[in-house]
Amino acid sequence: MMKRERLKSIKTLLLPLLLFMVFGCANDDTQRVVTYTELVMHDEFDVDGAPNSELWGFDIGTGNNGWGNQELQYYTSRPDNVRVQNGVLIITAQRENFEGSQYTSARLLTKNKFEERYGRFEARIWLPYGQGIWPAFWMLGADIDENPWPGAGEIDIMEYRGQTPTILIGSVHGPGYSGGDAISKEYELENDRFDTGFHVFGVEWAPEYVNFYVDDVLYNRITPDDVTGPWVFDKPFFMLMNLAVGGNFVGPPNQQTVFPQRMLVDYVRVYKSTIDN
Amino acid sequence: MKKYSNNRSIFTVVFAGICLLLAACERDVSDEVEFADFSNNPEVYIDGFSAGLEYLPFQGSRLDAFSVDTEEPYEGTSSMRFDVPNFGDPQGAFAGAIFPDYGGRNLTGYDALTFYAKATKAATINEIGFGNDFGANRYLVVKNNLRVTTNWQKYIIPIPDPSKLVVESGMFWYAEGPEEGDGYSFWVDELKYEKLGTIAQPRPAMFNGEDVIQQSFTGSTLQVTGLTQTFNLPSGGDQTVAAAPAYFSFSSTDPDIARVDESGQVSVLGTGTATITAIIAGVKAAGSLTVESLGDFVPAPVPDRDPATVISVFSDAYTNIPVDFYNGFFEPFQTTLGGVDLEINGDQIIRYTQLNFVATEFKNPTIDASAMTHFHVDIQVQEAIDAGDFLEIELGDFGPDNAFGGGDDSSARVRYDSGDLVSNQWISLDIPLSEFSTLTSRSNLAQIFFISDATISTILVDNMYFYAE
Repeated sequence: MMKRERLKSIKTLLLPLLLFMVFGCANDDTQRVVTYTELVMHDEFDVDGAPNSELWGFDIGTGNNGWGNQELQYYTSRPDNVRVQNGVLIITAQRENFEGSQYTSARLLTKNKFEERYGRFEARIWLPYGQGIWPAFWMLGADIDENPWPGAGEIDIMEYRGQTPTILIGSVHGPGYSGGDAISKEYELENDRFDTGFHVFGVEWAPEYVNFYVDDVLYNRITPDDVTGPWVFDKPFFMLMNLAVGGNFVGPPNQQTVFPQRMLVDYVRVYKSTIDN
Repeated sequence: MKKYSNNRSIFTVVFAGICLLLAACERDVSDEVEFADFSNNPEVYIDGFSAGLEYLPFQGSRLDAFSVDTEEPYEGTSSMRFDVPNFGDPQGAFAGAIFPDYGGRNLTGYDALTFYAKATKAATINEIGFGNDFGANRYLVVKNNLRVTTNWQKYIIPIPDPSKLVVESGMFWYAEGPEEGDGYSFWVDELKYEKLGTIAQPRPAMFNGEDVIQQSFTGSTLQVTGLTQTFNLPSGGDQTVAAAPAYFSFSSTDPDIARVDESGQVSVLGTGTATITAIIAGVKAAGSLTVESLGDFVPAPVPDRDPATVISVFSDAYTNIPVDFYNGFFEPFQTTLGGVDLEINGDQIIRYTQLNFVATEFKNPTIDASAMTHFHVDIQVQEAIDAGDFLEIELGDFGPDNAFGGGDDSSARVRYDSGDLVSNQWISLDIPLSEFSTLTSRSNLAQIFFISDATISTILVDNMYFYAE
């Protein structure tokens, strides 16, 4: 009797401890919140210089009305704004007068280079900070040229306002639920910030859901029942990474905003969906 | 039975210990090196004084400015209430105190002092912070001009470098005067140290981020000032505090020319240029001090008159009368900067730059120089003398009312033209007071002016005194 009780107590003690040993470390690369594990595409940013042009293209300039958001930066592909160095992709927002804009930065995209339907899309990123700083890791429907936004659909794996350095925002946009009406959720870090180290931002996307996670925390699942319009996420999407300055989502930088600001990307990885494509 | 039970608990403890060792992610030095002698109690005032905490008001403060208020807690049962007196309150002109724990506390595990505060009206608290122990104040931190509102709000005062606070006594301090003459009350509650983890991006600064260039001489000492530490808060804004020199590690590019100690005092040792920089916890401070040492300094002649016949305004050879200032910074017309900025081998020297005019004033009290016959001053013009250059010395007397204006003031100037002046050498002037012809009284002398109308920019001044012979 006594012996049995002792064994039981060890077991009850052991289980939480083992769990702690597995999950206890912050920013652990090991993902426990995902099911797709077959890597189909990845960029580890191990070759110094320009990003791999077979995978990444660039949006250049100011787009239409600051890329639709009254953003203030001019996007370039210059090394001053985007380069791979020491194993990370560096996107740098600079304060400089350039082609009529006050800021420069960069936006990379895999349009026509890598487009995929369903799967697990994640990146390990060290975010910048400061009022008016707006980095994002996101996806757009690959049919966007024929089926304009928001019809093409948008999945925002990571959006973040530099003035709220503890808060991550994950969203989907589609017809009837775009812009300010996007289906969206914030996740706030406890006792930590996104601009003091790398964090893994990801989605696992299947026919009936998009799961949003950061590090080892699954913080949201969006299903067709959650969206206030048609579900437009059953077709290939491409990925984008950018560091915007200003715009109506964050407001302009102020005197306290420090430049340059850098977004560091350790890797981008895409895992194949187990759903038959 | 008892034995079994014992075995079990030992086994469990050992097992848990092993598991914890295996599971811990990072184990840094501080886990093993324990400063066990000092409390790491984070609480300063929650619903009463934390263990060891004392209340010591500043001299001149209203002694009863602080009280425990059970009517207005933010949380729990009481808060700290501070009653700032009205202007001219005979019981104390301001409110200010320190709250030390002289047992010392280890605050290395925290990154900020936090509290909730509100006030009877929107107000700006002059100084609030920690590290003030009525001793060396080695790790003093001040948030200047903290704005509070009539609603409870949380405030964060970051620790510039927590690793320094191994044994800190100064838990909390503040000093606040009336707002435009009027007193008011403010409350502080839930005062404690926290490990927030959400204050980041430190940006320390010296000279408030400016790159200062200072000409100097061998043997002189300079002081690093404008030391601040800035963190980005989770709310997105920055919080800047003034931080004591001991938080910084200073270095010099050439210690043979200028050496800097841990208090930020720079000693000039040789001829040449050296730059002083600083870091906090591996982060370089913005700003610097570049010392351009011109080499050996020739001091002004040491006065040798009998002190009994002298009224000294500024000299290391005599006991000086009380002086209100050596530069009044009269706006808007004055451009002159500087004052008693040089100390060379223990000798204090006035340096004025961008001179157009400048006043030394000594009206508390004015001096009676009616028995004196001469005014002495040593002046060194630190630039080439051009043909149109001049320097005027003006004495001002406030008259019987002992106050500026009132129709009884008098003054007079003595002028020195370029031919009277010498570049980069001391000239000793002994001016008979009779030469100040329109100075009708010298019983209430209060002002000495130097005037160049910007023809001469930089001068050194030493040994200003009146004497009788």
